[in-house]
Amino acid sequence: MNAKASKRLNMKERYRIMTRDLAWESSYQRHEDIFPQESFEGIKITDWSQWEDPFRLTMDNYWKFQAEKERKLYAIFDAVSQNNGQMNISDPRYLNAVKLFITAVTPLEYNAYKGYARVGRQFGGVGARIACQMQSIDELRHTQTQIHAMSHYNKYFGGMHDFPHMFDRVWYLSVPKSFFEDASTAGPFEFLTAISFSFEYVLTNLLFLPFMSGAAYNGDMNTVTFGFSAQSDEARHMTLGLEIIKFILEQHEDNVPIVQKWLDKWLWRGYRLLSIVGMMMDYMLPNKVMSWAEAWEMYYEQAGGALFKELERYGIRPPKYAEQTVAGKDHVSHQSWFIFYQYGHATAFNTWVPNAKEMDWLSEKYPDTFDRLYRPRFELLAEKAAKGERFYNNTLPQLCQVCQVPLAITEPDDDTLLSHRDTVYEGDRYHFCSDGCSDIFQNEPEKYVQSWLPVHQILQGNCGGEDMEKVIGEYYRIEMGEDNLEFEGSSEQRRWKQWKQAV
Amino acid sequence: MSVEIKTTSIEPIRQTYGHTKRRFGDKPATRYQEASFDIQPTSNFHYRPLYDHQFELYDPNHTALKMRDWYVFSDPRQFYYGAWVASRDAMQKNTESSFGFFEKRNLGSRLSSEAKQLVTKTLLPLRHMEMGANMNNVGIAGDAYGTTISQAHMFHGMDRLATAQYVSRIGLLIDDTPGVVLAEAKQLWMEDAAWQGLRRYVEDSFVIKDWAELSVAQNLVLDGLLYPYLNDHFDAELDKLGGSDIVMLTDFMREWFKDSTRFIDALFKALAAESDANREQLNHWIKHWNERAVDALEPIIGTEAIADSQALLAKRLTKLSLSADAVSSHH
Amino acid sequence: MSRVFIALQDNENSRFIVEAISEDNPGAEVKHSPAMIRIEADNRLTVYRQTVEEKLGRDWDTQELQIDMISIGGNVDEDDDSFTLYWNS
Repeated sequence: MNAKASKRLNMKERYRIMTRDLAWESSYQRHEDIFPQESFEGIKITDWSQWEDPFRLTMDNYWKFQAEKERKLYAIFDAVSQNNGQMNISDPRYLNAVKLFITAVTPLEYNAYKGYARVGRQFGGVGARIACQMQSIDELRHTQTQIHAMSHYNKYFGGMHDFPHMFDRVWYLSVPKSFFEDASTAGPFEFLTAISFSFEYVLTNLLFLPFMSGAAYNGDMNTVTFGFSAQSDEARHMTLGLEIIKFILEQHEDNVPIVQKWLDKWLWRGYRLLSIVGMMMDYMLPNKVMSWAEAWEMYYEQAGGALFKELERYGIRPPKYAEQTVAGKDHVSHQSWFIFYQYGHATAFNTWVPNAKEMDWLSEKYPDTFDRLYRPRFELLAEKAAKGERFYNNTLPQLCQVCQVPLAITEPDDDTLLSHRDTVYEGDRYHFCSDGCSDIFQNEPEKYVQSWLPVHQILQGNCGGEDMEKVIGEYYRIEMGEDNLEFEGSSEQRRWKQWKQAV
Repeated sequence: MSVEIKTTSIEPIRQTYGHTKRRFGDKPATRYQEASFDIQPTSNFHYRPLYDHQFELYDPNHTALKMRDWYVFSDPRQFYYGAWVASRDAMQKNTESSFGFFEKRNLGSRLSSEAKQLVTKTLLPLRHMEMGANMNNVGIAGDAYGTTISQAHMFHGMDRLATAQYVSRIGLLIDDTPGVVLAEAKQLWMEDAAWQGLRRYVEDSFVIKDWAELSVAQNLVLDGLLYPYLNDHFDAELDKLGGSDIVMLTDFMREWFKDSTRFIDALFKALAAESDANREQLNHWIKHWNERAVDALEPIIGTEAIADSQALLAKRLTKLSLSADAVSSHH
Repeated sequence: MSRVFIALQDNENSRFIVEAISEDNPGAEVKHSPAMIRIEADNRLTVYRQTVEEKLGRDWDTQELQIDMISIGGNVDEDDDSFTLYWNS
């Protein structure tokens, strides 16, 4: 009888007993003292019990599924390291995408782990708390599986050896760092809107699927495996993102304009962040998967289109400046790679000019822009390099106060003019790359005046002095001549050739 | 070409990550080392938290304790995510097979009503305490500085959610109509005079701001007094009342407590060993929360069990170079 | 009308799941890319436990989908017997 009785419970009822029913209404301490971060953002929650977690995962199944994923994953890592798996990679230039990943993305996973631990404690509703906790622990998993996936590559290639140190200091890594810290220092509802919804739901496919497919096309078994394994957690995270947005919007109509403002901000912030992914796809993968423009169409314009249509019923419109992202998709990867190429002495990876075949691919994928604007520039750089005058830019660029990308991106309606906005706040002038970033500043100037801008910091002497070699070598820990500079003639290239002869 | 030639000619250019090398030397590192030490961001934070202006995003000052190096603590179990999940999956498989056996053999039906009463009145309300322990440990994971301390509390927090869920399943398994005894137990937690001390203790722990104090209140003191009772007196009582079948369902709690005690002891040992100031602070917290925990638990587990638990905790504290007086002076 | 989608890792397990989805959702479009299978449909797509069990020849819990699923688009509704993705609009 007992056996039958417990079987009578369906998944929903069972989950209710396993989660919601564990919580209680406090009487010895006030709700607002137990959950002090819940109300300061102005979001009104009238009934946490309306929260639905469609996956209804309990810890027993969590452990079971996750252990199975981990077993499969670590079996591959072991196989790769036992068999010199790094030698199966298509072309050593590919590894530069991996270097970018571990320095720019892995530390974000760590920030996500901590951020979800915070909201996983701070939300008054137990269902939402537990969903956030599971995401927190998953994000720790992603941090650690990435470190383990790259551990073998780190033994054979440069640029990965000091990723946490670099993340806190290197100029271009302040783009991802400031992005995530912006979310982590916001209240719990903005954090979830930023990371669970705008990043995980709307943009994460653009980060992971191109990276992982790129790894698959270029013989990087570790990255393919950890990537897809991480993505299997991601489906759960994406659903949390959609559910939290619907939940907030359904709770109170006053929440709608607050959420809209966050959606506007975080799509723009995410779009700027992903310019490094665009450049990775179009320039750093020796064997290409799809172009950045194609990925943006597939994962943002189509998938995002369906999503925002769904949210119309709540009074939500597509994010402001979304049309600029569409106009920018034909430019962003080329302009980004051009920036990194010029500053290739201050990057923890090698840079290069695409070869003739790669330029033809770019012409085909970007018929309106590549031959007209970018091919001539890269051909000129190739000519100079051939003459032994490889171009490095020794001036320091102006950075955007919000996204921290150098002001080297063109206007959305004029691709020959650099986009630059500025404003004066409390007597100081601040510079921005776009209307999107300028708006974000105007909404919260007291937050963005705090930005740690790498160029300002160097100029103020906070990064080990005025000598750029010292800044790069000692403060950043980028090994001069090993981690950085041109790929042609690099140590990486030389070693690869020797190893290939040995295999 | 032989395999030997291949492996000797493709030489690694380094053995491990730079931060791992600086800490552990220039040699291949373990997975625990690479994934846990010095990976947390430490500097150049952009913005102050809107919810906590006085702190940086990662800030060692969320506790009164001071450490020159927060990575002095190393989890003796060497749990990074993968190792933790593998260990818990094994535990889960054993527990699942016990639950399956209990259910298949319909052992719930031969349980005496006295044993069922004992489970309802003593074990089942604790699933709410476990929910509180989940919140507390996840909160510590959010606030604590350094990955080794933070992640161990995160794993601990998720373990507590699992315990709350397994205890709930025991409630479902012994029930004729699923949910009835769990509701009865929840009512005890909410209203019964004997349980109010513990509920107050748990709610008061929710507002402790210092994560190390919170870990003392929850993990060292409250669990240190409660779990020995569950794993010893409670089982013996069940046995006496014809409820020995239940013991196979609670066995995971014994195993888990043994496992997690290694982490908790190593943590407080490391924190206390740093300085006299830390040790005094810890002793002060232990004394305070021990007094409260004894008052909270006595009506539930009885004087004799409390005395036994206190003796065990005193022994642990002595081993950690903390003051055993802090737990023996009461009553 | 909007498209819902589910992406699965390309492995042995997924092949049976894809077969089950195709059978139960006649309009669904299956796209193969390296290491991944993506299935799209108009507005709604359902994975039925019973069909997957028939294909796999063993018991299958709808939650097991989480092991192989790498991305989704659409609202989720899951119970003991099925897993559905849908858009309201």
